[in-house]
Amino acid sequence: MSKQADVQTATNIKRPKRKSQAKEIWRRMKKNRIAMVGLAIISIILLCTILADVIVSYDYSLEQNMDLRYAAPSGDHWFGCDNYGRDIFARVIHGTRNSLIMGIGAVVVGILLGGFFGSITGYFGGKLDTVIMRIMDVFNTIPFMLLALAIASALGPSLTNVLIALMISMVPYYTRVIRASILNVVGQDFIEAGKACGTPTRFIILKHVLPNAIGPVIVHATMSVGTMILSASAMSFLGMGIQPPAPEWGSMLNEGKDYMLYAPHLVIFPGLAIVLTALSVNLMGDGLRDALDPRLKD
Amino acid sequence: MSKYIFKRLLIVIPTMLAVILIVFLLMNLTPSDPASVILGPNATQEAKDKLNQEFGYDKPVLVRYFDYVVNLVQGDMGTTYTTSRSVFTEVTMRFPTTLKLAAIGITLAVVLGVPLGIVAAVKQYSIFDIIGTATSMFMASVPGFWLGLMLILLFALKLGILPSYGNATWVHYILPSVTLALPVAASILRMTRTTMLESIRQDFVRTARAKGQIERKVIFKHALHNALLPVVTVAGTEFGFLLGGAVVIEQVFSINGVGKLLLEGIRMKDVPLVTGCAVFICFLFMIVMLLVDILYAYIDPRIRDRYTRA
Repeated sequence: MSKQADVQTATNIKRPKRKSQAKEIWRRMKKNRIAMVGLAIISIILLCTILADVIVSYDYSLEQNMDLRYAAPSGDHWFGCDNYGRDIFARVIHGTRNSLIMGIGAVVVGILLGGFFGSITGYFGGKLDTVIMRIMDVFNTIPFMLLALAIASALGPSLTNVLIALMISMVPYYTRVIRASILNVVGQDFIEAGKACGTPTRFIILKHVLPNAIGPVIVHATMSVGTMILSASAMSFLGMGIQPPAPEWGSMLNEGKDYMLYAPHLVIFPGLAIVLTALSVNLMGDGLRDALDPRLKD
Repeated sequence: MSKYIFKRLLIVIPTMLAVILIVFLLMNLTPSDPASVILGPNATQEAKDKLNQEFGYDKPVLVRYFDYVVNLVQGDMGTTYTTSRSVFTEVTMRFPTTLKLAAIGITLAVVLGVPLGIVAAVKQYSIFDIIGTATSMFMASVPGFWLGLMLILLFALKLGILPSYGNATWVHYILPSVTLALPVAASILRMTRTTMLESIRQDFVRTARAKGQIERKVIFKHALHNALLPVVTVAGTEFGFLLGGAVVIEQVFSINGVGKLLLEGIRMKDVPLVTGCAVFICFLFMIVMLLVDILYAYIDPRIRDRYTRA
């Protein structure tokens, strides 16, 4: 009887509600108005990507109309028309998908690969660490854009190849970031305790080390999505990326630059689309950094 | 210290060999051979094979890599497929332009970024700080080539006061170097602001103020001296990137630098030219990084001490 009562009291004891870490971060981020503006803009851009076909059909973005060549922005064509009489608004909307795929895709895969190398080098150390890090050092002495250009030119121009080029070029950077982050965690007592209890290594890395090391990595990742969008558009601008007539902001700028004098809208709108996307991601990243680690805030 | 520099110089050799190997393997993936580039698509297979043999293209990639390294040590980077000129001459002929552009760019960036960063930190949350931080945030989101296009549109095409392409006179360098400098200035501003804010809150600054030092001296002598160290690294790294990474800007402004040469090579599938440019750029980048490290040790006695002891 008394045992039952004990259980009863134990369940009746109200524990103070523990806020999850994610909720706490979200609460701090909500206070940051600039970060929320960034989040709002990037949400709208994401919606545009998903609903692109509802807003304006893909075929319309490819439809040439020679009567409308260089047409200035108007009620019918909000952003005007390009050198083939294609609607620039439709092309900017449909270009969003390609730019985001390249920006986010390169970062995600870069992090997964960098995470793999970074965690084994950071956790195990020793000879493996030395060998992998020396290889990464060699890659680090090749300027990012040069490496990406060399890979893209070797593979041939296409969206997938630019994505591969950007991914590979990001791996050394992420390996370094994640390794540093993991080294920070590995030295702490709870990892030692885990080891002493005989917890399997795989379990320690996945359940204890990675969740604690992930904070700085998320911040770096968000910040580099912006950089990747800029680099991807630069690659397309140089003719390395997706091939015409498919819409992509960088290649639209490349096509439009020759007609800049009498039709500046050909370069203004795709450029603004890049700036807006990169800016909103950067604003969000800044806010996220402050929310994840309040100590970092000045 | 000299022992440290010597050690660092020695590391350059194996790193460079590895970099050349990476570039070589990447170029080997290119679906092209010298004969197809030189003779065009209509040539007979026999003629192609003969020419490829002359170029030593029939040898395995590692043998060609070894030959390349041996020749490179003697200053021979091979000849280009398209113009049959020495790659070394082509690259070194274009280099002064790239160097000039990068040097003007980084100078402008430091001159703009450091003072604005100091003001933003010293007068934190003031209007200067807000405008400076906002502008630097914005500049971090603007693609360099688009900025270049917009500057051309405004200053060359609409106002007609500056030339839009080429590198004949110093006036031609204004737009491209400003385009290169602005994003770098933005990142230097952010860096200076952050390190300056950290530095201002340190005990030694409080001590300086407590002993009655005038504010100007506190900021420029005590705080700035310590805050500038990371800025040196940022500026140095950016300079290295500008030397090799100005590819897009050189393209926008039609400047005949190493970056544009590299792109021409990529477009023509001229493998020796691309390899030569890439190796040259990497070598420069590595040397600049080395100089930054040495400079860093030179100006920071704590780091110098660690190196001399190690």
